[in-house]
Amino acid sequence: MSTVIAPPEPITTRPDHAPEGERTAYRLDLLDRLESEAIHILREVAGQFERPALLFSGGKDSVVMLELAVRAFYPAPPPFTLLHVDTGHNFPEVLAFRDETVQRVGARLVVASVQDYLDDGRLRERPDGTRNPLQTVPLLDAIAAGRFDAVLGGGRRDEEKARAKERIFSIRDAFGAWDPRRQRPELWDLYNGRHAPGEHVRVFPLSNWTELDVWRYIERERIALPELYYAHEREVFERDGMLVAVGPWSQPRRGEAVEVRRVRYRTVGDMSCTAAVPSDAGDAAAVIREVAGSRLTERGATRADDRLSEAAMEDRKKEGYF
Amino acid sequence: MDHDLLRLATAGSVDDGKSTLVGRLLHDTKSVLADQLAAVERASRDRGLDSADLALLTDGLRAEREQGITIDVAYRYFSTTRRSFVLADTPGHVEYTRNMVTGASTADLALILVDARHGIVEQTRRHLAVTGLLGVRHVALAVNKMDLVGWDELTFAGIRDEFQRLATGFGVQEVTAIPLSALTGDNVVDRSAHTPWYAGPTLLEHLETVPVGTDVTTEPVRLPVQVVIRPRTATHPDYRGYAGRLASGVLRVGDPVVVLPSGHRTSVVGIEVPVPGGLPADVEAAFAPQSVTVRLADDLDIARGDLIAGASRLPHVRTDLEATVAVLSPEPLRSGQRVVVRVGTAAVRGVVTDIVDELDLAGLEHRPAGTTLPLNAIGRIRVRLAASVPVDDYRAARHTGGFLLIDEADGATLAAGMVSLDSTTEGDSGWLAS
Repeated sequence: MSTVIAPPEPITTRPDHAPEGERTAYRLDLLDRLESEAIHILREVAGQFERPALLFSGGKDSVVMLELAVRAFYPAPPPFTLLHVDTGHNFPEVLAFRDETVQRVGARLVVASVQDYLDDGRLRERPDGTRNPLQTVPLLDAIAAGRFDAVLGGGRRDEEKARAKERIFSIRDAFGAWDPRRQRPELWDLYNGRHAPGEHVRVFPLSNWTELDVWRYIERERIALPELYYAHEREVFERDGMLVAVGPWSQPRRGEAVEVRRVRYRTVGDMSCTAAVPSDAGDAAAVIREVAGSRLTERGATRADDRLSEAAMEDRKKEGYF
Repeated sequence: MDHDLLRLATAGSVDDGKSTLVGRLLHDTKSVLADQLAAVERASRDRGLDSADLALLTDGLRAEREQGITIDVAYRYFSTTRRSFVLADTPGHVEYTRNMVTGASTADLALILVDARHGIVEQTRRHLAVTGLLGVRHVALAVNKMDLVGWDELTFAGIRDEFQRLATGFGVQEVTAIPLSALTGDNVVDRSAHTPWYAGPTLLEHLETVPVGTDVTTEPVRLPVQVVIRPRTATHPDYRGYAGRLASGVLRVGDPVVVLPSGHRTSVVGIEVPVPGGLPADVEAAFAPQSVTVRLADDLDIARGDLIAGASRLPHVRTDLEATVAVLSPEPLRSGQRVVVRVGTAAVRGVVTDIVDELDLAGLEHRPAGTTLPLNAIGRIRVRLAASVPVDDYRAARHTGGFLLIDEADGATLAAGMVSLDSTTEGDSGWLAS
């Protein structure tokens, strides 16, 4: 039985008891603190929005974000629709992993297909063949069609310069556009998700994680990833200093020699613009050693889309990209 | 893994070398990777510079580079074997008090720069005022450009002593002053040969060893409820858990708690937190800032916005607030303005009834305010609320005493507020910690 008492008077004389020697036990290490923050953000989205979606590609950051969502709402399932923008050039093993994971978690998956847009002429292939920039329109259409008012993404501030200025709750106008000057100051852990009808909010629970933190969490939590994140043999050729896999959408040009190399992927995106790195790292612990010793950023090493120009990401974000 | 996280915020005036210092910290901790450094070298050459300008590492947006300004808070990440760091890089222009307030709100430490040639300037006072107001626990004073004053010990000591005196006045608890040069790297990561008279730590040594966090065992227990978890599945037909992040204190199974603002009294029968390697599991105790799910002894009507508080030390439940606010929106805050007050997870409608006064950050005194407070102003206001909310005094509990004022119409964040519960008993200098 509960009893209602009158509005209580503060009692300030007696501190909460603290058994001897416990003080030092109450410390969170780095991963615990990042995990707690991410779970707090995921719960804020559930608490503040009517129709939240979570961007899930099967890439490592989205896998970690989904695993955090499972922990945040356990024993209930995560209250998010999963959303994937399929460029049509995704690695087949990543799509298979995506579908298995969706089934295991018991979530609903909505797929927006770039290929559909190309087939009916709403979008046209770019001369360079990369489809990453083409994801923006299907993404915004899927957000509008699903009437999603919050969209969770796995973006991290350490990835790229424009992302270093990103808020955790990032407001987008009716066209999905990001205006750096309109972003709200974020104080303490009070996230303000209010928005006008037609606008939505992008939310980044992994904002404060680095690539190394993500890998350490994957190792600690024994989180399964698509196999191509670990070293494997693959037919590749070298282009602009990057190792590109031979595939239906990435064929060597004249003078680009194909060879079988032992490689892994640091990021997983469109096959036409994501490259592999030479690697012998067969598990998460080995990847951590490799990443810790790397002299290149993950995007700089393997993402042709970010090499387009010095402000490539800033421009894509303004248009409504992830 | 015995590796923790320190959050710090930088503050400096225009041209005191803050970007260079941040770039130097990133560079000398090997946090700058080859492709980033190559980009900086390329950009430096494009501008006709002989060597890489480390300040370019922290320039973000093209709009900023074109205009040569920093328009917002940017977050930087670096780590050493001892600690990881999240650095909120805030610009130093007069008009950007709002960004400093934002960066300081989550910081364990404020890093304030002073140009050794100029000493304490008006901006330094503002930075200290904001640091004290926001309750940042530690301040590191970087006396920069020491190479330009010939590494003169007396110059350093004079700045250090004046800064310390000011800091005490603002209620800043702990100051560590370090003589350094961001340009040459002396005393940033590596110890300088030019300062035999200085026995203290280098900047990085200090950042690696300053204590992080608060002593949770002395804090009141506060858990703002974010969501109620009710699976209603065959395996969990009657499960009801209250999910939130502990704002302060240590919560134990069996603890008596009070749910506010209703005032229902009950006790904790279960606490779940994620355990390494898997799903959440029951624990005997949890502490701030852990995200938890708690189960209570009684079936109560508890929803998002409620606060679960340890019964031994309760917060105040108020419909009128007196607070110090920092105005963050381009539009001034008006007396009579209708707002939404967001405190903890509660969002309650209210009206600004009075603008009491404005803090003159240059002269550091209160002056009577008109009926508005403009962008970047700090002042005291009163707010009347449509419903009662539980609050603490900000200086006692940062997370249940801090709030946002939100525009009811467009949802914009108008101001950041810090509740003062005892200003009437402390006299007119309520915002100044003594």
